[in-house]
Amino acid sequence: MDIFLQQIINGLVLGSIYALVALGYTMVYGILGLINFAHGDLVMVGALVALTILQSLFGSTLPVSLAITCATLAAMLVCMTLGVTIERVAYRPLRRAPRLAPLITAIGVSILLQYSAALVWSKQYISLPEILRPAQFTVGGASFTDLQAFIFLLACALMGALLWFIKHTRLGKAMRATEQNPNVAGLMGIDINRIVAFTFLLGSALGAVAGVMVVLYYGLGHYYMGFMLGLKAFTAAVLGGIGKVHGAMLGGLLLGLIESLASGYIGDLTGGVLGSNYRDVFAFLVLVVVLVFRPSGLVGESASERA
Amino acid sequence: MNRLQSFATGMLFASALLMQGCSKEEPPKPAPKAEAPPAETIVKIGVAAPLTGPQAHIGTDIKNGVQLAVDDANAAGLTIDGKKIKLQLVAEDDEANPTKAATVAQKLVDAKVVAVVGHFNSGASIPASKVYSDAGIPQISPSSTNPKYTQQGFKTTFRVVANDDQQGPVGGKFALEKLKAKNIAVIDDATAYGQGLADTFEATVKAGGAKVAAREHTTDKDTDFKAILTKIKGKKPDLIFFGGIDPQAGPMVKQMSELGIKAKFMGGDGMQTPNFIKLAGDASAEGTMASMPGLPKDQMPGGAKFLEKFKGKFNTEVELFAPMGYDAVFVFVEAMKRAKSTDPAKFLPEVAKTDYKGVIGPIAFDDKGDLKNGPITVYVVKGGKWETMEVVTPGGAPEAKPADAPAPAAAEPAKAAEPAKK
Repeated sequence: MDIFLQQIINGLVLGSIYALVALGYTMVYGILGLINFAHGDLVMVGALVALTILQSLFGSTLPVSLAITCATLAAMLVCMTLGVTIERVAYRPLRRAPRLAPLITAIGVSILLQYSAALVWSKQYISLPEILRPAQFTVGGASFTDLQAFIFLLACALMGALLWFIKHTRLGKAMRATEQNPNVAGLMGIDINRIVAFTFLLGSALGAVAGVMVVLYYGLGHYYMGFMLGLKAFTAAVLGGIGKVHGAMLGGLLLGLIESLASGYIGDLTGGVLGSNYRDVFAFLVLVVVLVFRPSGLVGESASERA
Repeated sequence: MNRLQSFATGMLFASALLMQGCSKEEPPKPAPKAEAPPAETIVKIGVAAPLTGPQAHIGTDIKNGVQLAVDDANAAGLTIDGKKIKLQLVAEDDEANPTKAATVAQKLVDAKVVAVVGHFNSGASIPASKVYSDAGIPQISPSSTNPKYTQQGFKTTFRVVANDDQQGPVGGKFALEKLKAKNIAVIDDATAYGQGLADTFEATVKAGGAKVAAREHTTDKDTDFKAILTKIKGKKPDLIFFGGIDPQAGPMVKQMSELGIKAKFMGGDGMQTPNFIKLAGDASAEGTMASMPGLPKDQMPGGAKFLEKFKGKFNTEVELFAPMGYDAVFVFVEAMKRAKSTDPAKFLPEVAKTDYKGVIGPIAFDDKGDLKNGPITVYVVKGGKWETMEVVTPGGAPEAKPADAPAPAAAEPAKAAEPAKK
């Protein structure tokens, strides 16, 4: 039982990171109907920026919490600038183009980001100096660190804040209006371009935080780390129901749990035929099954085609 | 449409002509060049290793070792059969990818290299070896330890490290006798190297009466091992063995201590790097053990001098296999000297007859191309550094403690048991 609990904890932490990244996919999809494949790589840029700053601050007299805050803020700043620039340069000119065009552009931007990062940071794994020595806690036989708790709680807080923001502020209302029908929203005096840019800004900021979390949690980063993370987060968004903010949260946490439990128990369940290296297969299998029975995701309603 | 088509065809023709023109121009070029400095012939040596990606530091290390050897040989002046020879290095990046490895192998063959040092990964060396064998080019891997590499019946494959049929049992025996491990968990990275090493280790400890509580697999791209480690934690092992490379081993050890797993951690040569300690963090890495074919760097006959020269030239520490890469080049050079030829077909038989005292010690090959009596060293992390624990020489005289002499005896049944299991 304690092992089961431990797997749940592992899954929740992993899942909360997925969820934060998934929000970036789902918000952009909700408003533009675009799958922004560059989002995973944006997270990578945020992670590497934070890593660089933490490395340079390592050994200075700055307290650790302040150093991490600095790194997070810098990562957010870089990601937000980058996110908005990408939207302005790569996606906005294609807003009225057939759907395939911006999708391919997104893949192009993703590759551009990866190889630019490879130029800046080299293709090697970059490791984080040991700035954190997480304290351990044990509950019911399962141990977790304060860092894990922090990641999970911060992710939950950010998601809660986002839900509140979308529901209760003027800007959030404008976002929802744009999501429902951009043309009508435009007629009502909402500056669509501003809303879209703001959506990218918000998604990028959350992505940057997720990037910092990955760096702190695993202690390393490299130019290619955004690819798999992005793919998983995208899966999470689809699993929950892409375009739905609370769907992304649910999907992310669920995917983390599935992965963790799959790699923990798949070997025993299949009598050792399938090892834990099949956990990704299992995660995608769940996605396929969910989509067969609920094509619009777990919380998605059968969406009518948007204009 | 028609006009466009004819235009395109025209362009195609033009470019084809242009390309032909270029290639026609090329062949005469080397001839006058070779005549101008009359006595110097360029002989190309290939090196293939992962120069980008998570294992880039190890691949670059090999390349640097080979580079150093080529420079040394050129500086000393090389004359074969009355002709002055200048060695030239051709480096290719196989990205630790089996498919890419075969491609770059073909590229090296097309570049007319006479010999190849590489590849790093067993998973890359094995597919590439077919290409070299077909072209009749000798290949020395400085590091690939999977037994299969030399067991394919190719005359061109050699290696200057002990293979996993030797390394796995040494690790297994060490775990049983020195660590007194009874309940062992084994993880591999599902590559030819990692799985091969883990298999031989597992066979040895099982034969020795220890229980293998869990056998888990991850991949060579993963960084999250919490779930597997949690599962292993439930089995309460006293030792965890990992067959894989440092980008996985580092985070794995770190996550182990985060999960509060107290078991000892041990692995193979792929994680015996400074980078492993950096990735794991000093505190978590402390006490981790790894076996590594070859003598400790400072105990190698030419070690101290080599390390100094290497540091002077590249301003970085030797990661792992630079000395093996260095020696591999000289094995080729010596073979060429004996054969009085730089033609691979002529000097290949001489490579097999190598009896050379290199930086890493005496080098001679058995009939399969494996290093004879390759020593294996077990290292441990102490105070943030890899330190030598003991040296085991299979088949030869034990260098450290007589207690280890039976190691090769234990290796034989393990070897026999392994294919049966498959």
